[in-house]
Amino acid sequence: MQDNRGVWVYVEQNEGVIEGVSLELLGAGRKLADKLGVPLSGILLGENVKNLADEIIYYGADQVYVVESPVLRQYRTESYMKGVILLAEKYKPEIFLYGATPNGKDVASAVATDLSTGLTADTTMLDVEVEKRLLEASRPAFGGNIMATILCKKHRPQMATVRPKVMKALERDTSRTGRVIEEALEIREEDMRTKVLEIVKDVTKKSLTDAHIIVCGGKGLGDERNFALIHELADVLGAGVGGTRDVVEAGWISHDHQIGQTGETVTPKIYFAVGISGAIQHLVGMKNSEIIIAINKDPNAPIFGVSTYGIVGDALEILPILIKQFKHAFREKGGEMTYA
Amino acid sequence: MHIVVCVKQVPDTKIIKINPKTNTLDRRSAPAILNPYDAHAVQAAAGIKEAAGGEISVLSMGPPQAVEIIKKSVEIGADRGYLITDRAFAGADTLATSYALSKALDRISKEHPIDLIICGKHAIDGDTGQVGPGIARRLDIPPITNVIEVTDINKETRKVKVKRKIINGYELIETEMPCLLTVEKEINEIAYSPMPNMIKAARYNPVIWAVSDLEDVDKTQLGLKGSPTIVGKMFTPPKPEGGHMFEGAAEDQVKQVIDVLLQNKELFSVN
Repeated sequence: MQDNRGVWVYVEQNEGVIEGVSLELLGAGRKLADKLGVPLSGILLGENVKNLADEIIYYGADQVYVVESPVLRQYRTESYMKGVILLAEKYKPEIFLYGATPNGKDVASAVATDLSTGLTADTTMLDVEVEKRLLEASRPAFGGNIMATILCKKHRPQMATVRPKVMKALERDTSRTGRVIEEALEIREEDMRTKVLEIVKDVTKKSLTDAHIIVCGGKGLGDERNFALIHELADVLGAGVGGTRDVVEAGWISHDHQIGQTGETVTPKIYFAVGISGAIQHLVGMKNSEIIIAINKDPNAPIFGVSTYGIVGDALEILPILIKQFKHAFREKGGEMTYA
Repeated sequence: MHIVVCVKQVPDTKIIKINPKTNTLDRRSAPAILNPYDAHAVQAAAGIKEAAGGEISVLSMGPPQAVEIIKKSVEIGADRGYLITDRAFAGADTLATSYALSKALDRISKEHPIDLIICGKHAIDGDTGQVGPGIARRLDIPPITNVIEVTDINKETRKVKVKRKIINGYELIETEMPCLLTVEKEINEIAYSPMPNMIKAARYNPVIWAVSDLEDVDKTQLGLKGSPTIVGKMFTPPKPEGGHMFEGAAEDQVKQVIDVLLQNKELFSVN
């Protein structure tokens, strides 16, 4: 365990494009590595992906470990796990971070089992205790009303998956240089039990995470019928519609609209939080939005703590006025509102 | 076809309260329920059984009271239930949990060979989603996480086709049995339980095993001792200061918000 050194970031690429969360983790990992005085490494797997190594260095890595193989063309637990374990057993990192995406969580869970080490899921805060070289991985716990810091004292590497859009990527710096280390993976396609037959991207469905404006409703709206006002305001603004965990559980809106720890993390330009009290599990999913407008009856609701502007009042009274006044404002200026 | 569904008893996190003094869960404040994702997993197994025949077992690790969620699973459609309960399991993190469950699965498969294991995507008290893939690794069978549809199960070729949710879409994956699936809620709607199931569930007593009933168990890998992760501290994040609060009648407040937003040319352009 004493031999383990260095901070690693699993760099997820899909069809040759690096996921945003991996760049964010290079930013977060850079800070941890500097505190510990060790190099930051990016871990890159795929088929013909070596050309991405420079990007990983531009975003903060000192070195990049690359495993290329035809069996890594698409993500599969079986092959990716073996590639990651190969590197981890040979080069022994002390900290290893993954994006909390479907594939990132999948590979991390398998790797942690084989390496018999600890894995903290969906963290939203990272730090290190330098003297003991301990990763402090914090996450909302128990339905999201409180934060817990998870430690892994006796096993290495200390691993965590990290929520997208909560860490900050560094500025891309093309003057940065680093080392690229290649390793070969000895797996043949015939040994694989799993095949990806088809990948279907839903291009028609606009992802909530891409929306520039989001109107999100909570249980303060009372019932499903009132939730229609959220859709109406969103229509006027050309915005995406979100719901809290409670609202999704109640069936007022489908799970792909859920914002928070177990739903999407969003960072729109404008976020309307309507009838939402602001449990931690919701706040982690939206608090990095540029402008947050909170509407709630209770002036002490935690949502006002993260809001840019707050209106204390009954959402059912405020929403119709918002809809009316926005409509009026746009009509006056003669056109649709668009995002610049 | 023998399908085993792994289920967990969880506090209903929607209503659970935190003791503000000790920062710990007040477990008495929330009823214990079958983890909602696991209910979908049992339902998915029932759907497969209907199409392909076979039988469904459920397996849980937890305190003796967890028999309740096994009964609930029988209501949804399970034929048999196993509960492993022992003080030695207490305090297990995801690594120790997948170890204990894999030992129970070893024993179950000796008596009834297992073709398919299904787990919920995650449990709502821990939200980790790590136990399912962990079990698959320990049994060395392929894991497929985030399944939204079981498209085909062929008993002759032993092939399974599923749709797996990914960022902005899904992938169609083929694998071979035995394998492990973790399922999303989208996979099905929980149906009303048929009356015969309810009657069976009311009288059902699951098989209960302690550590001593399992074979080849390394006790150092169980419970708190076998858990690499520990909770260092619990805290409520410092209360942020918050922003500007508008005042006045509702109409005035809304007008002020809209004025502020429309003034900010970087946020909007009105054309």
